[in-house]
Amino acid sequence: MNWTWFHKWGSPKWFYEMSGRWLPWLGVAAILLLAVGLAWGLAFAPPEKYQLDSYRIIYIHVPAAFLAQSCYLLMAIAGVVSLVWKMKLADVALQQAAPIGAWLCFVSLVSGAIWGKPTWGTYWIWDARLTSMLILLFLYFGVIALGNAISNRDSAAKACAVLALVGAVNIPIIKYSVEFWNTLHQPATFTVTGKASMSADMWLPLLISVLGFYCFFATVLLMRMRLEVLRRESRASWVKAEVARLSGGNR
Amino acid sequence: MYFESFAEFVAMGKHGAYVWSAYGITLVVLALNVVLPILARRRYLKDEARRLRREEVK
Repeated sequence: MNWTWFHKWGSPKWFYEMSGRWLPWLGVAAILLLAVGLAWGLAFAPPEKYQLDSYRIIYIHVPAAFLAQSCYLLMAIAGVVSLVWKMKLADVALQQAAPIGAWLCFVSLVSGAIWGKPTWGTYWIWDARLTSMLILLFLYFGVIALGNAISNRDSAAKACAVLALVGAVNIPIIKYSVEFWNTLHQPATFTVTGKASMSADMWLPLLISVLGFYCFFATVLLMRMRLEVLRRESRASWVKAEVARLSGGNR
Repeated sequence: MYFESFAEFVAMGKHGAYVWSAYGITLVVLALNVVLPILARRRYLKDEARRLRREEVK
């Protein structure tokens, strides 16, 4: 097998150049998909039979919750790469993904709480799904705090990678919480096998919104990673040239 | 369009306050996630360019 594609990721300069090329496309895709998905969900999808219009919160709640979990999985994978191959870019990805994941986890909890009031009659309940999502938020805080607390970069990378890996145990718990325990939270809307539990004019905008959130996450992650690469490689000559080029107008 | 008028769209049945507050908070958080890295990048480039100029003088 040809491993050159993998070795390329070891070069910060290669990453910086490639991500600069992807970034505009991802950003445009994120804006378009989010605009279409949310407008469709808010104004054009039919109302739900029992919840009527309050169910429209699903078009932000489900994508945010999806992303909060996907982001943690990404951090766990980056943690493995960072521990096994000592790849610095993996640590950059892990550290920069954590705040975005925390924000998305916050959005899914808050939108869920607001949705819960008209639907369940309460903002919060110590239900298995809600509690495991709250634990996910604290795991994010843990990774962020750990990364900031340790000044030695290699030690911080190792500690955060281990925490990301250990915390990944929580992801299957979140996923199956609605099946293991008798909860108030409804089971999954989308399944890989089997039919969707909604009609197409409801789940299509949801799918578009989920894709939009993925593109948004990728865009913001790349923006943050590119800045962090510049910071960490500030002594490299290509970074100095890039800084001079970008700040040329301000001189 | 499912709603018959703009007023109905804003009202969201009786759930306008819930739907719009959830969407509002989400959009603010998403915007923050874009704006903060852009500001951080601008500040970094400014500081770094100044530092590099100082090094050149030495």
